[in-house]
Amino acid sequence: MTGLAIVVLLSLGRHPATGRPRRNPDDARALATALALAATRSGSRVLAVHAGDPRAPVLRDYLGQGLDELTVLDMPSGSDPLPSLREHLVALSPDLLLTGQRAENGEASGLLPYLLAEALGMTLVPGVVGLDLQGDQGRFTQALPRGRRRQIEARLPLAATIPAGTAGLPLPSFAAARRGRIVSLPALASPDPHLVAIERQPWRQLPRPQPRRLKGSAIDRLKSMTGGGEAKGRLLVDPDPETAAAQILDRLGEIGLIRASHQSVTSRDTDGRTER
Amino acid sequence: MLAGLAPLIVLACLLSGLVAAAWQTRRWLQGAPARVARLQGLIAMPGRYLVDVHQVVARRPRNARFHALAAGGLLASLALWCVLAVPPLRYRPLWGVLALVLALMLMGAISVWRRRQVDRPVELSGGGFDRLPLALLLYAGGFLVLALAELFTGPAATLFSSLGLIVGTFGLAGIISLAIGGPLKHAINGMLHLAFHPRPARFVGGKRDTGLVPLDLASARLGVERPVDFAWNRLLGFDACVQCGRCEQVCPAYAAEQPLNPKKFIQDLAMALAPGASDDAYAGHGHPGQALGSAHGGPGEPLIGAMISDATLWSCTTCRACVHECPMMIEHVDAMVDLRRFQTLELAALPGKAALVLEDLRLTDTLSGRGPGARLDWAVDLRIPLMREVMEAPVLLWLGEAAFDLRAQRTLRALVRLLRQAGVVFATLGPEELDCGDTARRLGDEATFQDLAGRNIATLSRYRFDRIVTADPHSLHVLKNEYPAFGGGYEVVHHTTFLAGLIERGVFGPLSPDGRKVTYHDPCYLGRYNGETAAPRALLDALGLERVEMERSGLRSQCCGGGGGATLTDIPGKRRIPDIRMAQATETGAAVIAVACPTCTVMLEGVTGKRPEVLDVAELLWQAVERGGIAAARSGMPA
Repeated sequence: MTGLAIVVLLSLGRHPATGRPRRNPDDARALATALALAATRSGSRVLAVHAGDPRAPVLRDYLGQGLDELTVLDMPSGSDPLPSLREHLVALSPDLLLTGQRAENGEASGLLPYLLAEALGMTLVPGVVGLDLQGDQGRFTQALPRGRRRQIEARLPLAATIPAGTAGLPLPSFAAARRGRIVSLPALASPDPHLVAIERQPWRQLPRPQPRRLKGSAIDRLKSMTGGGEAKGRLLVDPDPETAAAQILDRLGEIGLIRASHQSVTSRDTDGRTER
Repeated sequence: MLAGLAPLIVLACLLSGLVAAAWQTRRWLQGAPARVARLQGLIAMPGRYLVDVHQVVARRPRNARFHALAAGGLLASLALWCVLAVPPLRYRPLWGVLALVLALMLMGAISVWRRRQVDRPVELSGGGFDRLPLALLLYAGGFLVLALAELFTGPAATLFSSLGLIVGTFGLAGIISLAIGGPLKHAINGMLHLAFHPRPARFVGGKRDTGLVPLDLASARLGVERPVDFAWNRLLGFDACVQCGRCEQVCPAYAAEQPLNPKKFIQDLAMALAPGASDDAYAGHGHPGQALGSAHGGPGEPLIGAMISDATLWSCTTCRACVHECPMMIEHVDAMVDLRRFQTLELAALPGKAALVLEDLRLTDTLSGRGPGARLDWAVDLRIPLMREVMEAPVLLWLGEAAFDLRAQRTLRALVRLLRQAGVVFATLGPEELDCGDTARRLGDEATFQDLAGRNIATLSRYRFDRIVTADPHSLHVLKNEYPAFGGGYEVVHHTTFLAGLIERGVFGPLSPDGRKVTYHDPCYLGRYNGETAAPRALLDALGLERVEMERSGLRSQCCGGGGGATLTDIPGKRRIPDIRMAQATETGAAVIAVACPTCTVMLEGVTGKRPEVLDVAELLWQAVERGGIAAARSGMPA
């Protein structure tokens, strides 16, 4: 077995109660996964990358997880990290790209891993909670809604995202945080076109929704409150791509995310691409 | 006659023993440097022994007696041998004095033998300790015969004298062999430990010295990883342990059969001072649930893992019961925290919820993770003045983590109403109050503690107040005893002390007597850490409650199980510590168990089944004030 080049993307999070900067918990878990994986394969390197301000003190918490070095693509807040990250990662050509499912700050659309995977020509496995590598063959456990799990096999190089709310957050070691180095690289600071384009509104208090009086037995009320009722829709096991795409488009049409009512399989395909 | 020979044989044995003992010092001298006032310590040592050690030993009068006879007799006889070794000083009556001394020592030795063989307490260690009575008996008996024979002349006297010399020399050889790495090493190490004790302040006129020593966060290695990382005088303390097992008897974690026996913990540290150490030779109770013989280590090897399991380390509630009972004045809790500091700051290896809570503390400055902005949510209706509005107040009310706990908020409400009732002018820091850092520090997170301490001290320095009053003994301890090292010096008073003072001044008027039977549970951080056991009792007595004491109370009270972050590390045992404590309370037949600490309240109230009601002293007082029907109690006071 040869060593792996594992790239971990780390963003800054926000504590929900105090709004203070913190590690993004999903990114922190991605880093923990990467470090654990690197420890099992000799010669492996963990290349951690953050796009933002290299002086942010919270970055040291990532170092505290046992990381020796963190590369920061220095850019002002509000910049679009994608172009710089793409350029940097292409040069690194990693075997594995790991990151949290979405950021806690900024746009937080969760799209960045997809866009980077596309640029690097990698497969992306979202929602990974377990990872087992044999040679360049990976076996992934993927988290699905309602606690379901799915086994996926894929070949390196690939990208994987760690979902929110999986096992505990590793505490940073004060000593390791002190020892680790932050390497700052000048980066292209292109303004985020989305953040420029969107309309901003001041925050306002919405009327609190009246709690709905729930009917039925205790178990029914519990189910309706926790979303644990009967599963809606259909479960397709190993569908052919055509059927799967048609189902997704149907669903998107149903919930009003696309307007075009689809007639033929080919037109659905183009619609799907433009809407992504 | 053997008058000339015997003292020389004894002195030769003694000299070889001293050489061997000096060689043994290398065990603890390999520790890290420590700043010790050596000369002052050596001068103070006899006083520390006769006053402080005696106070501990005398809690068991029988032990004090046999120790005084055996050890005193041995030392006195050795001194006499020195005199007898000089021919011009060898007066015959001196043999009579020696015989008297040895007779007293023989009584002590018989008592030691009885304790070891006849009515043996279970907490004692075996091994070399079991050979001790025989060595003492042979020495005292043999030389007694010799000394008596020396008073007479004739062939019979010579015969007895020679017999005595042979037997006594055997005994002395035994004593010396047991002093080298054996149980009697406590005699030498114990004296040196008293002289070079890491906390000399605890011997000064009944003062307590319980605050943890600050860790230099710039040092290369944070905390203790290997035995040699301990300061040499700490190692000396561990090596002085006499394995009497008093700590084992009082340790709440041991009682709950969590994997911690403080005696074994200290022995683990002492045994690891030899290369290739294992616990094979240890002949006492082990850590519950862990087999003996599996621990191995050495002076330069990491302690946690091979020598001491991490579950042992995280079982400690830092209640200081072991320290209070230890006749060798060993500081178990300091050692525990030193080891935790390495685990937390270097390895970030904490069990249970501890890591998550410490992360919340770092990000929100509160253990609850809700942030200081929510600290006064429970008191919106009470309109407590904020320091940042009033800038000065005679009393600063420190709320602590209790402000986030629904149960403890009831206590705080009672306290606030009592202060209003008494006309006390007070204010709180409110959203400016950060966690005091107690839990972080006991869990070894010195970095977070020092950060919180620094910011709290900076906040406090902006305001003028005479004293801080708090209902949380943990906050009290940290603010009063641990902040001074970081530049904060305050008069900090526990609410029971403060309220007792108010009652004494009669500000609450006549209190309606409460006929209930009550027992008071001393919080460790109020009693053992700060010596306050009288005020809460005086307060309860003023309420007309029928006060009964539990089996363990005052400075020897048993922990509720909630200190030292133990609720977060949550190491499993066979029983729960609060259940054990509550059983002691139930035994008294009391209807109410009075508490004075939010942690104790939560721990004891978590006990299921039929049990006494758990009420804070402030709640009991407020009930009495309300019942007293003083009109002023309600007027101007929002419900």
